[in-house]
Amino acid sequence: MLDWYRTMLVIRYFEEKVEKLFSDGVIRGTTHPAIGQEAVAVGVCSALRKGDYVTSTHRGHAHFMARGGDPNRMMAELFGKATGYSGGRGGSQLMADYATGFLGGNGITGGSIPVATGAALSAQLRGTGQVAVCFFGDGASNQGTFHESLNLAGIWKLPVVYVCENNLYAMSTPVHKTIVIPHIADRAGSYGFPGIVVDGNDLLAVRDTVRAACDRARGGEGPTLIECKTYRLSGHSRGDPRHYRTREEEALWRKGCAIKRFRAVLVKRGVLDAAKDREVKRQARAAVAAAVRFARQSPDPDPATLEQGVFA
Amino acid sequence: MKTLTYTEALREALTEELARDPRVFLLGEDIGLYGGAFGVTRGLMHQFGAERVRDTPISEQGFVGAAVGAALAGSRPVVEIMFMDFITLAVDQLVNQAAKLRYVFGPQACCPLVLRTAGGGGRCYGPTHSQSLEAWFTHAPGLKVVAPATPADAKGLLKAAIRDDNPVVFMEHKLLYGTRGEVPDGADVTVPLGQARIARPGTDLTIIAWSWMASEAERAAEALAVQGISAEVVDLRTLVPLDIETVLTSVRKTHRVLIAHEACRTGGFGAEVGCRIFENAYDYLDAPLRRLAVPDVPLSASPVLEQAAMPDRHRIVQAAMELVGGEVNSER
Repeated sequence: MLDWYRTMLVIRYFEEKVEKLFSDGVIRGTTHPAIGQEAVAVGVCSALRKGDYVTSTHRGHAHFMARGGDPNRMMAELFGKATGYSGGRGGSQLMADYATGFLGGNGITGGSIPVATGAALSAQLRGTGQVAVCFFGDGASNQGTFHESLNLAGIWKLPVVYVCENNLYAMSTPVHKTIVIPHIADRAGSYGFPGIVVDGNDLLAVRDTVRAACDRARGGEGPTLIECKTYRLSGHSRGDPRHYRTREEEALWRKGCAIKRFRAVLVKRGVLDAAKDREVKRQARAAVAAAVRFARQSPDPDPATLEQGVFA
Repeated sequence: MKTLTYTEALREALTEELARDPRVFLLGEDIGLYGGAFGVTRGLMHQFGAERVRDTPISEQGFVGAAVGAALAGSRPVVEIMFMDFITLAVDQLVNQAAKLRYVFGPQACCPLVLRTAGGGGRCYGPTHSQSLEAWFTHAPGLKVVAPATPADAKGLLKAAIRDDNPVVFMEHKLLYGTRGEVPDGADVTVPLGQARIARPGTDLTIIAWSWMASEAERAAEALAVQGISAEVVDLRTLVPLDIETVLTSVRKTHRVLIAHEACRTGGFGAEVGCRIFENAYDYLDAPLRRLAVPDVPLSASPVLEQAAMPDRHRIVQAAMELVGGEVNSER
């Protein structure tokens, strides 16, 4: 449990550092921080087995780190360095590590939903007992890929768990302006499998729900749609002035911050005290500082490699 | 050697690859019991079961994307898109997902996906069931693009595409399905991707084409021979990778070039081939390069209008005679 807490902290500090590096102009391009959504990433991945597939989104650093992504190589990718997960070719949105089943982030909203569905189809055809877990947001649930993929998974009873991180905003557009029903999870009824709403800022609740869904998937009973209600405490991407929501609303969610809540659980269970907390935080900050150092010291990709590796 | 139709040759390729490799499976609309809109997969569901010859709902983006995911996870899916026009519904999964994975994620990402589809006009199916969209996919680095003209190539190239570790757009042609030709025996005979075919040798001009237009070019070359004109027909077979060397060798020999394709003129793949010829063999040309293409209009359902739009053997003959005789017009 302490590991999960440490991972949440590494994610938080990593994202905060990345925001700072972007605003300082040290790293270029774009990034979508998942500050506030750490419990979903860590809760989901804590419930998975080795070999299970995970697909992620444009807001994917947390998912990757929770699935074992190395902060050094992730930060190097953000710096566009040769040592990054994609050698600088992918940037913030496109990193993968197939050895851990992490099939990658995605630059296209909803683009990974069919991909996860297909990985589950392959697992079913090969009879491996693997599960595919698909992260996506409330915004992606309005894409055609959502409907088409969940329908396929329903008719074929695929071993896939769809994890919708409902952070209440698709970029700036509030979810109530794009979806008229109260819960995205209720859409699962159309595809003939369960849809479950869970408090996405409660790591243990997320973990338990995902574990049950994975058991169901491995047992051949088919997919589950899990809607994790959460909140993105940061802006959508760098330079987001957040005009579309109030500071009061943000303050309210900050009070219910997933990391604070999990820390309280650990303290209550006697796993964590103030001294241990300081130590874990120090470790997490050190990991992020080391990642920045690694990225800064890494070489740029060689332009001579530009045309290499387009094809297998 | 035996004689098969293009459809039978495709089916034989699918049958052999399904039997050879348990990772291969097919998915698409109405490919099971129905056997596919053009009958290519007829009987395969009975032979290999509904798991491996899998009917899908009408969800092109969903099942093409699922094929991408299945390929990444170690399967080797062969997707059928009923009409090439319907690829538009799945372009994100092909262009933003499948095409880029290898370049970005490196050797860990392997996407052995074949997307078979029926392209081309000539059957009066109208503007949304007749297009030749191959050029679009040549413009997405990471996709291979294949367009066979004969039964032998249909079989050999499809087998090579299934064995290839990259995503391949495999364009079949409605007018070719019923054509017959000799197909070599042997389950391990493949036609490598990236090699053009000299469909007919000649010395007076080079006609470059692929798919149905390559077949028409061969007929045109026969007619030209009667008139004493020796046309060399280069069937590209695969547009990506492009065998430009075979093209250039032919051009350096004949000094005259006619490119014929069924896609509309602007941005058609003929423009790319022509430009490569100018870049690499300009000094060898004795006449301006000539293009035959559909004008920049959608294909109509009316037989009269469709025929007015599509190049065919007669127009190829006429254009070739003009080119060799020196009477060169700039438009079709």
